[in-house]
Amino acid sequence: MSRAITTITPSRGRNIELLLITLALGVVVIAYANVTVAQDGEIPPDLLGHAGVLGLIALGVHLVLRWRASFADPIILPIVTLLNGIGLVMIHRLDLAAGNDFTSGLASRQVLWTALGVVIALVVLVTLRDHRTLRGLTYTSGLLALVFIALPLTPFGHEVYGARIWIKLGSFTFQPAEVAKILLAIFFAGYLVQTRDMLALAGRKIMGISFPRARDLGPLLIACVAAALVLVLENDFGTTLLVFGLFVAMLYVATERISWIVLGLGFAAIGALIAYQFASHIQTRILCWTDTFSQAGAEQCGQLATGIMGMAAGGVSGTGLGRGRPWMTPLPESDFIFTSLAEELGLIGVFAIIMLYALLIERGLRSAIGLRDGFGKLLATGLTFVLAIQVFVVIGGVTRVIPLTGLTLPFVAYGGSSLLTNWTLIAILLRISDHARRPEPEFDPASMDAPTQVVKTR
Amino acid sequence: MNQPIRRLSMLVALMFVSILASSTWIQVLGAQDINNADGNRRTQLENYARERGQILLGGRPIATSEPSHDDLQWQRVYTQPELYSHVTGYYSFTYGPGGGVEGAADGLLSGRDDRLFYDRITGTIAGRTPKGASLELTVRPKVQQAAEQALGDQRGAVVALDPRTGAILAMVSHPNFDPNALVSHDANVEKEAWERLNSDPARPLVNRAIGGNLYPPGSVFKIVTAAAALEDGEWDPESTLPGPAILDLPQTDVGLPNHGGQPCGPNDEVSLEIAVQNSCNTAFGWLGMELGGKKIREQASKFGFGDDLQIPMDVTPSSIPKDLSPPQEAQVGIGQYDVRVTPLQVAMVSAAVANDGDVMRPYMIESVLGSDLSTIDETKPEKLSEAMDAETSDQLTRMMELVVTNGTGTPAAVPGVSVAGKTGTAEHAPDAAPHAWFTGFAPADNPEVAVAVVVEDGGRAGSEAFGGSVAGPISSAVMKAALE
Repeated sequence: MSRAITTITPSRGRNIELLLITLALGVVVIAYANVTVAQDGEIPPDLLGHAGVLGLIALGVHLVLRWRASFADPIILPIVTLLNGIGLVMIHRLDLAAGNDFTSGLASRQVLWTALGVVIALVVLVTLRDHRTLRGLTYTSGLLALVFIALPLTPFGHEVYGARIWIKLGSFTFQPAEVAKILLAIFFAGYLVQTRDMLALAGRKIMGISFPRARDLGPLLIACVAAALVLVLENDFGTTLLVFGLFVAMLYVATERISWIVLGLGFAAIGALIAYQFASHIQTRILCWTDTFSQAGAEQCGQLATGIMGMAAGGVSGTGLGRGRPWMTPLPESDFIFTSLAEELGLIGVFAIIMLYALLIERGLRSAIGLRDGFGKLLATGLTFVLAIQVFVVIGGVTRVIPLTGLTLPFVAYGGSSLLTNWTLIAILLRISDHARRPEPEFDPASMDAPTQVVKTR
Repeated sequence: MNQPIRRLSMLVALMFVSILASSTWIQVLGAQDINNADGNRRTQLENYARERGQILLGGRPIATSEPSHDDLQWQRVYTQPELYSHVTGYYSFTYGPGGGVEGAADGLLSGRDDRLFYDRITGTIAGRTPKGASLELTVRPKVQQAAEQALGDQRGAVVALDPRTGAILAMVSHPNFDPNALVSHDANVEKEAWERLNSDPARPLVNRAIGGNLYPPGSVFKIVTAAAALEDGEWDPESTLPGPAILDLPQTDVGLPNHGGQPCGPNDEVSLEIAVQNSCNTAFGWLGMELGGKKIREQASKFGFGDDLQIPMDVTPSSIPKDLSPPQEAQVGIGQYDVRVTPLQVAMVSAAVANDGDVMRPYMIESVLGSDLSTIDETKPEKLSEAMDAETSDQLTRMMELVVTNGTGTPAAVPGVSVAGKTGTAEHAPDAAPHAWFTGFAPADNPEVAVAVVVEDGGRAGSEAFGGSVAGPISSAVMKAALE
């Protein structure tokens, strides 16, 4: 037919990616210089050294992509680099405020975690040549996810701020639930791709909504209820919300049935009511959400009010990096790093950051649409949606859209567990996007599933 | 599966729109309220980090900010702390701005007020560090000092106004305090001063001139009653009123006695002007019943009773109770029962008589100066209301002159100047000495200053006090200083 078309090498976008990474690094370098100039009135002497480390990390991934996943989406890596860099700058800025320099503060540890996360990501990219191999790990992943989620309840568990979500080995702490996000996405994707037809077709209709048979739902419900139960025991409602949202979203995508959403929301409402009745922790959170600035609210959760005051102090253009007072909010580098950034970068900066996340998620979902295998579609959707929920729950929590729960802002917030996990997640997404954008060996226009298709295919 | 993925992306879009919206709300639309919320320490620190405007009298600062070498960067300094304590107020880091201009005009001094928007923008472009606006006040140091010295160690308040404009020339309230202790950067000094001042039974933080537990006006209220009578048209200065030694009050078995238990004139009768001159209780009690509570209340509200004024400090509205029985009307006629006034309101009554019956809105901020000392805003004198016509004010002026020439107010005379005034001795509690009052203006034919003085519990003279002898000399000293 048209052999000529295939001889044209389709755009891989690797050069664009390099350019964008350079841009991202430029922004981070300028921001970093900004901080130190604001604090000490001089350009930091080790500016290029520190920027170089981040540069090496990003370029390392870039080169591996050229070698192993040359069709991978070129926008994802620059966005992640920029987010990671912005987070580092803010953490360093808070270190300075606390009287620590780069080496003694949290920033250097965050750099180490970033490097480690990237190494794991590279290993994933090199060893995982095709995302479909993950399908063979469906039940292994599901089981592992439950084990990971339950780990903090073992003697290794460790409690911080009333949430038992850590394990402690010596001086080393880790949040296993972070890893469970990816494992659950793999499990849901593998399981649903097998049973989607059953779930979608078999069942009886009640009030115009068709409900599936219990036996088709069994494993899923067991996994979900177990996860939810454990998380409630650990007081980690952020992750509960995440797992649940992921579950409902993936079910919907797999079966294309709105009834799942209805069911899911129903369960969620019941669960929330039960939790509200029995968990004082939740009652406090709700109180803080509704009466943040009241007397009672101020006593229970001054941090939320303080964070919002920080955002308000920033206004449209922000105080400027190094010129605000983000340290006045508790946990300014982890749970409340968003308000710290909002205070110093202003609404303009906030919009930029949220847009970066939106772009990242858009690229992930685009890869899902571009894929031709059901498992890949579900996995890409799931992994991307995990990021979307996290961003929404964190920013929505600190800006009072929803009650505050403890999740971390991906790539930006301080924390080793989430950095390692999210870089791994990005590695899998890059691998999937490479598949999605790679042209078919035998070119057949009919099977091309361009993003702007008119004909609906299933 | 593409269709549900697309739908899911719409959901994600909605989620993102909601966090964009909430951020916008917090950082732009609702930011003002959040920044001004109580206990917003960021705003406090921000205000402290910025150079606060000065409070000036004739270009000389009475409150200024000096660079300090600690976290707060600026140390507020009051150059004459006790003399102006109730004018300046204080700007404490821990307890916030309070009292005086510091509290009432905080937005201007800190630079947050919208009137300074243009100044902020030009300042940003010109690269000036943001500064608050400075305030030039109407208070005149000489008049303030005279009032301060004359009141001395007695509790009470003195207010002096320019009757033609409403500009406040002096405002003294005793006991006063040292605001410098409240703005100390040493938290212990600050706390100690705060607790001491707040627990002091004499309540030094209360500006008695415009607030606090409001005073009964006693006989100075007779100006209001006389104005109501003259405006009513049924009486003129020569009208004859009953003036027995004791006025019979209906519905009760107690009478309303004159001071000293003497009738006010032969045949128990007295003319209105002599009743004013000698502060005859029975005649004014009778007038109160004749006029009725409603007319007296109406006349008083024309003088400004019941108004919420900002000078810029909030002035507690003066008040007269509603629904009076005849004996209460008689009491109100002589400024007793539950009539409650601020000294500022009493000064406004005198000022209205002085200013052909027009009440001018009292104010203390002459002008607002930007960070480059250009004038951003000037207060223009503004008529608040018309209390009486010019003829009534002339008649009242003549009667009030008689008070000072040969009535109860002779101690208030100023050599070489005709003074008009009215004395008052206000009972406020059984077994307690009455408050001594004097209010008036001078020169009578071309008034430049109106004064109100109250000395609590008769001051040094104790229960022997009559308004004239205790408060009169204070008024005289203040007028002398104002007319120099």
